[in-house]
Amino acid sequence: MARGVGSMTGLPPPGTQPIVRLRHPWTWAACVITGLIAALVLYSVATNPAFEWGVVAQYMLDGQILAGLARTAELTVAAMLIGLLLGTLLAVMRLSRNILLSVMSWLYIWAFRSVPVLVQLIFWYNFGALYPHIVLGIPFGPVFYSANTNAVITPLTAALAGLGLAQAAYTAEVIRAGILSVPPGQTRAAKALGMGPTTIFFRIVFPQAMRVVIPPIGNEVISMVKNTSLVSVIALAELLYTAQLIYSRTYQTIPLLIVASLWYLIVVSVLSAGQHFLEHRYRHRA
Amino acid sequence: MSEPPAPRAPMVRIQGLVKRFGGRDVLRGIDLEVETGSVMCIIGPSGSGKSTLLSCINHLEPYDGGKIWVGGELVGYREHRDRLYELPEHRIARMRARIGMVFQHFNLFPHMTALQNVMEAPIRVKRLPVDRVRREALRLLDQVGLAGKAGQFPAQLSGGEQQRVAIARGLAMEPQLMLFDEPTSALDPELVGDVLAVMKDLARSGMTMVVVTHELAFAREVGDALTFMDGGLVVERGAPRAVLSAPAEKRTQEFLSRVL
Repeated sequence: MARGVGSMTGLPPPGTQPIVRLRHPWTWAACVITGLIAALVLYSVATNPAFEWGVVAQYMLDGQILAGLARTAELTVAAMLIGLLLGTLLAVMRLSRNILLSVMSWLYIWAFRSVPVLVQLIFWYNFGALYPHIVLGIPFGPVFYSANTNAVITPLTAALAGLGLAQAAYTAEVIRAGILSVPPGQTRAAKALGMGPTTIFFRIVFPQAMRVVIPPIGNEVISMVKNTSLVSVIALAELLYTAQLIYSRTYQTIPLLIVASLWYLIVVSVLSAGQHFLEHRYRHRA
Repeated sequence: MSEPPAPRAPMVRIQGLVKRFGGRDVLRGIDLEVETGSVMCIIGPSGSGKSTLLSCINHLEPYDGGKIWVGGELVGYREHRDRLYELPEHRIARMRARIGMVFQHFNLFPHMTALQNVMEAPIRVKRLPVDRVRREALRLLDQVGLAGKAGQFPAQLSGGEQQRVAIARGLAMEPQLMLFDEPTSALDPELVGDVLAVMKDLARSGMTMVVVTHELAFAREVGDALTFMDGGLVVERGAPRAVLSAPAEKRTQEFLSRVL
């Protein structure tokens, strides 16, 4: 039938007329230029002796550097754990109907998000100057325990406090958004079944919030890997400070910074791949 | 089923119920009784307050005036010397555990399978042994015609199947009263019948039910009593057949002529 109509009106049969796709010549030109620039940069990086690639190779698997890398990993995990636990608590407090809890959480988040993490780290490190003794007891009453602040606040505790407490403020906002994303009908249904607030939170709301929260928390972990380098200012031997220690002795500043950078690149790449996998999994589970 | 609190005592008694939302009176003095073992259907135009009334019965919405008794027990408050004292959350939760509720949009827990949805409350709220709860949950899923779907997540089920899981979830708590808030309004027309059939079976088994619905045929066939609400008030009530075929009030006539 269609063929009959085509032959009558002089049109070719359907699907046989050639179509010329739109061409993009400038894209190809831009590719060539970009390729040339990239080749130039690579050539320069490879041949400029100041990069000292031999030194980079020598230190890449150096024991001291690997110990620094391990310390960076430990700091990331510990600070994120503090951030997640305290952040969840802050998020729940912020959403509480109890005005005291809500205001306290708001104040905490406001303070710890407003002051740069670098400043917070230095502050915790120098906490002994503010309160020489840490005291446990009843306010204005008897004292049960007293310790010298400088004995308690080591570079490690200062680093964990600085990174973890600030992270909690950011994580709290992420988790709060996750909790708010759970439809109110879920809480209504759980209430109608006779569940109490604690059961509703841990069994119904929190698991559903986690689905929304996991991709942004992945981003926070990746940021944390890099933020641990701030700890170098309080002389904690993580990856960057270890590199600094070595180059202050050998004056091979650039190659050691490259060693540190390559390790950050590797760790972040692995974590990004992991995050991609997690996101994929959570998107496809109903 | 659970025993009635006293012979011939109504399961639900509502007296002068008032509910306000931000200064607007949604319920303006409702009086209603639901006999134990009977099915009360509530119809009315949207915004008439029928869903709010239902949410007041299990205290999902606290009321602002009047009183509600379920099984002879005052809902949400403790009365002492002419004053109503708000009950703590755990006391209200204990009361809700005896009242099942089915929602228009099912509100199944999406991170749990059909079986887990049914098992969750008996395990967490009643703290019953898991094995017993599982046996009972599988029996209930079978009762609503979903024996083969126990392992499916809500997103893998049709709307009608989800609503039937929701009914099984409510029944798992062995309630003395079931509340249905427009249970078939969000369903594709061809799925409505399965849900109504399950509800009809439930009514036959002697369950006390309050059903907010637009299904007039269901109200006529299954309902023991029918209430027509408009503007936050009960306009007319009576036997479903009588109200539906010969409404006494003008507003009921208008509503029915528009719906039928």
